[in-house]
Amino acid sequence: MESTDSHVHHEDGHGHHDPGFWRKYVFSTDHKMIGIQYGLTSLLFMLLGFFLIALMRWSIAYPGQPVPVVGYLLHAIMGDMASPVLDPQTRELIGYAISNDLYNSFGAMHGTIMVFLAVVPLAFAAFGNYVVPLQIGAPDMAFPRLNMASYHLFLLGGLIMFASFFIPGGPAQAGWTSYSPLATSIPTDGQFYWLVAMVVIITSSLLGAVNFIATIIQLRAPGMTWMRMPFFCWAQFVTAFLLLLAFPPLEVGALLQLMDNVAGTSFYLPTGLAISTLSDVSGGGSPLLYQHLFWFLGHPEVYVLILPAMGVVSEIIANNTRKPLWGYKSLVYSVLVLGFLSFIVWAHHMYLTGMGTKISTFFQTTTMIISIPSVIILTCLFISLWGGRIRFNTPMLFALAFLPMFGIGGLTGLPLGFNYSDILLHDTYYVIGHFHYVVAPGTIFALIAGIYFWYPKMTGRYMSEFWGRVHFWCSFVFMNLTFQPMFAQGMAGMLRRMADGGVGYSIANNPDAIGGLADRYLQLNVNITLAAYALGISQIPFIINLFYSIKNGKKVESDNPWESTTLDWQTPTPPPHGNFVGPIKVVNGPYEYSVPGAKADYIPQNQKA
Amino acid sequence: MIDTLTEIIRLFNLDWMSHLPVAASDRAADLDNFIRYIHYLMLALFVGWSGYYLLVLYKFGWTRPKKADYHGARTHASTYLEVTVAVVEVVLLVFFAIPLWAKVVESVPSPENSTQIRVMAQQFGWNFMHPGQDDMFGKQRFDLVNETNKFGRDMEDPNGQDDIFTLNEIHLPVEKEVVFHVSSLDVIHSFKVIALRMCQDAIPGLSIPVWCKPLKEGRYQINCAQLCGNGHSAMTGGFLNIDSQSDYDSWLALNTPADGPAAVGGFE
Amino acid sequence: MEVPYTDTNRPDTGLYNAKVGIWLFLASEVMLFGALFSAYILLRVGAMPGHWPTGLLDVGPGFVNTLVLILSSVTVVMAWASLKLNDFKKFKFYQGITVICALLFVVIKSFEYKSKFTHHDVILKDGMRVDGHLVEETDEFIVLSHPVSYPAEKGIRERAVAIKEAEHHAHEAGGDHHHEDRKIMLDDIEKRTTWGPWANTYLAIYFTLTGLHALHVIAGALVIAYFWGPGSKMWKTHPEQFANRIEVSGLFWHFVDLVWIFLFPILYLL
Ligand code: HEA
Ligand code: HEA
Ligand code: CUA
Ligand SMILES: [Cu+2]
Repeated sequence: MESTDSHVHHEDGHGHHDPGFWRKYVFSTDHKMIGIQYGLTSLLFMLLGFFLIALMRWSIAYPGQPVPVVGYLLHAIMGDMASPVLDPQTRELIGYAISNDLYNSFGAMHGTIMVFLAVVPLAFAAFGNYVVPLQIGAPDMAFPRLNMASYHLFLLGGLIMFASFFIPGGPAQAGWTSYSPLATSIPTDGQFYWLVAMVVIITSSLLGAVNFIATIIQLRAPGMTWMRMPFFCWAQFVTAFLLLLAFPPLEVGALLQLMDNVAGTSFYLPTGLAISTLSDVSGGGSPLLYQHLFWFLGHPEVYVLILPAMGVVSEIIANNTRKPLWGYKSLVYSVLVLGFLSFIVWAHHMYLTGMGTKISTFFQTTTMIISIPSVIILTCLFISLWGGRIRFNTPMLFALAFLPMFGIGGLTGLPLGFNYSDILLHDTYYVIGHFHYVVAPGTIFALIAGIYFWYPKMTGRYMSEFWGRVHFWCSFVFMNLTFQPMFAQGMAGMLRRMADGGVGYSIANNPDAIGGLADRYLQLNVNITLAAYALGISQIPFIINLFYSIKNGKKVESDNPWESTTLDWQTPTPPPHGNFVGPIKVVNGPYEYSVPGAKADYIPQNQKA
Repeated sequence: MIDTLTEIIRLFNLDWMSHLPVAASDRAADLDNFIRYIHYLMLALFVGWSGYYLLVLYKFGWTRPKKADYHGARTHASTYLEVTVAVVEVVLLVFFAIPLWAKVVESVPSPENSTQIRVMAQQFGWNFMHPGQDDMFGKQRFDLVNETNKFGRDMEDPNGQDDIFTLNEIHLPVEKEVVFHVSSLDVIHSFKVIALRMCQDAIPGLSIPVWCKPLKEGRYQINCAQLCGNGHSAMTGGFLNIDSQSDYDSWLALNTPADGPAAVGGFE
Repeated sequence: MEVPYTDTNRPDTGLYNAKVGIWLFLASEVMLFGALFSAYILLRVGAMPGHWPTGLLDVGPGFVNTLVLILSSVTVVMAWASLKLNDFKKFKFYQGITVICALLFVVIKSFEYKSKFTHHDVILKDGMRVDGHLVEETDEFIVLSHPVSYPAEKGIRERAVAIKEAEHHAHEAGGDHHHEDRKIMLDDIEKRTTWGPWANTYLAIYFTLTGLHALHVIAGALVIAYFWGPGSKMWKTHPEQFANRIEVSGLFWHFVDLVWIFLFPILYLL
């Protein structure tokens, strides 16, 4: 394998042993290449996640109407799940609409793909792999071959998930939460693929988490004490623990559901079930058991989505305000507390499953307590801006936008966190609005900021500033136009997971009933859909910029173009195998910017003041 | 000026609280007020921080100082702020959320002074069981549940002979507390009546009470709030008819089975 | 640049990388089995009265397997200690026993599985239910040994007791225990299953827990066998690193044993 392709690249291997195409790009054990592999794969999945929601949003805004352009393609791929639409007069086929089955499939896949195949691998695995070893001054991850295996497992899991689009009946339809008995009662193989893919992805994450923690514990460069570690590494460290300890219960949840689906067990199937597709089960199981196992992961998982994002934002803010982060220690302690507490709040997703006062008091109390470290983190970041000399470059714009966007998402978590108000808001678009504000204009903005920020280190070139700004402003405006109206819809009682966008519950549909949905909320569906499309189009400059700049971007002037203090910038560009040219000794804290009396406005961690 | 501002707020639907739906039960006022209080807290934080944020962007970004300040802010204001947030949250929790929730789940009205209804959700409709004139349900056992005996009725029980079974429509007297015992025949649904501010997941194998006191007559839309399959968005046929006492009485008289319900129980 | 601390300890943590790695991995394994044990508790507490058996399994083979694993836990430590004392021969000896123990465990376990899968639970058209082991099957009838019969709605708890009695006192025929094999015509059968995981929630969790545990035993045994056989060449070239690998695989093995120490009482005794 090694010899077949190596001659192709031999010219540029001056003296060094050239590893060859396969070893370099596919079977690489270098953390930087693995990081890039994760990054590209997850961006592709993110795009897929967006395409799915684009189709769903069509169905929400224009239920039952044929999907323009891609309708026929959809029919070609998904068969009868795209339902034919006939012209009412002529009875001729005029296109294909999204059927309810298809809507549910896409909903489940949008959630699953965005969470497990796009954001986690991008935030944790891609940035973590590329940046963490550099920032702590390590030559590589502690277990390079395990690292490669993690990526391959992730890819395998992703491909299994992707393959389920092409099987009869299409992919899983029971939401990203896959509640039983629904997930067991739908008579297609989609759920089987989902479960197998999840088990593979979880295994990959577990290996990754072991690797990250071991790396951070064992491979910090001399002098890189815990309290000299950049906040980004802390965030990744805690994230790794969340994955390590929260994922196994979901693996159990998936395994037991797999047993229910293929071995005929009744872990989640209670006595007294009358479902035609499950006529012969022994019963005695508990549907709530699945929900507990799912949310025991589910809640820590949302912090897995947000902590790396907070880490990225912190790095960029410190760098572009040219001053230390305010309250570094509070940040570190908060993130540790957050990590710990995230294990004991899970049942706030289950308030309406029939919870007594005692248990719900416990969970809403912990939920309120966990909001405090989040408030502290955000406060520290806000106050870090004070006294800075702020540079508004593209990464900084995205990082700055993260703050109020996460703020809105976080604040709207509060009325959900109290069980009493959750009675109205549960499973409405208020919830959709809440978590999209944290994951989309929150996490995604932070990750995009990270891409613009570390791009020069990866490629030796900048991405275009101009197009970066275009990307930023369009994304910013359309993100808000997409998600902000959802709070109004949710407050009005519009439910989520509605293939028809709530038409069935509208006043128009039941004029004599009280509690129907007013027309204006259905109109908002159209507005939101258009905004979401505009949001998608706004990514085009980014995608072009990303690939075009590899060869044509402005060259960096030095190895440390942002004049940063952390070790990731004290390397050659791009960093070679082994990362650093000489031994590293850390002598400073992570953010020694604008030190009074110093010559430059930054002192790298490995340089004496 | 004020007008344009309200206009903008309307246009972008920033007036979240004005979107609260019709309220028609005894607990609705409490619940809506509680939502308002939380949103005041959120609004205060949002406006305060936004003001600070814009100021900072102007002061340290737009008009960039020559040099950044190594020490940054030297104030403990943030600590006070964090403590304030925590205190407000504790107040909301201890004085509102916990007692209100306890009121809703602990003190389920007794059968003597309330209407009792059994709800059995099913893909994709709502089965109701009304205890009939004698206000007493027949016995129910989950191991007897099947396609025809949807409520798992014990046929032998004499109390069950006058029970009424309906699909999707149920009638109730106004101004009287009603307890729904919510369960499901197949997958998980969620019994949500928005105007009454009531929501309870319908979980197969469990029967969970949820109650309220409807204050206005009318026909109320029942929502299914939990993804339950491809008919989830079409599970819109359920209605609670809150009647005046006399209308209710005549409904009851009309629907009471003459010699016990259909032989198998439930309905086809 | 090589990754440091692959075979030496990092001074401030006092550990080499693989040891940190295995401890972390075991932490996640604790969560895995912890979640399964929690599921077990929840299912058991939520079971309808009479639907959770005790004493369904034969304690004998389970107890022997417990001893087998405890023995292997000892030998795996001895093997590592022998390496540390530079006695490669002894290492081979002890670790060989470990592998044999692992095999023995799996063999005993598979006999237990087999006896469950051949246990037939037959519901007759006349409303009776017969439990017994399949000894013969034709197109027209089946033959069950140690048959026990009772009304079809009998819960698994009472059935388990009756079956135990039938098997142990097969000679003292009495009540409705039949001591000779029973022939049942297929035409008389309403429904017929075996005691696989589909039979009831107890057997479901039993097969899942022990199955997952058995997979761990097999995986651990493969690793240990590899280092006992072809992998042991490393002793000549990198003795330190080899000893570390033995230590790490030993830690995993201890964990697998520990899980069994929990499994045995909750499945066989309680
Ligand atoms: C990254 C993801 C993420 C994050 C960080 C959070 C954070 C929080 N979430 Fe959220 N949540 C989700 C993702 C996330 N959530 C998802 C995906 C779901 C739905 C799952 C599903 O059902 O499919 C969900 C659902 C969900 C529910 C269930 C709702 C329901 O189904 O009925 C609840 C209830 O308690 C909740 C609460 C909270 C709380 C209290 C926080 C807190 O941690 C928030 C704390 C933060 C703050 C309090 C902000 C502080 C900010 C300031 C002080 C400054 C403000 C300044 C300006 C705005 C300028 N969330
Ligand atoms: C991390 C998680 C995440 C993210 C980022 C998103 C992003 C988005 N989500 Fe989603 N969503 C979920 C997680 C997420 N979602 C979950 C868990 C659910 C619940 C599912 C369920 O009910 O089970 C859900 C449900 C959900 C619904 C409700 C559906 C329903 O209830 O019926 C809606 C409705 O509008 C929606 C919309 C959107 C939109 C418009 C975006 C936009 O923000 C998308 C923006 C993204 C892009 C525009 C793509 C950008 C692409 C790139 C940057 C890649 C570039 C590529 C290369 C360089 C190769 N989402
Ligand atoms: Cu029933 Cu949704
Ligand atoms: Cu949560």
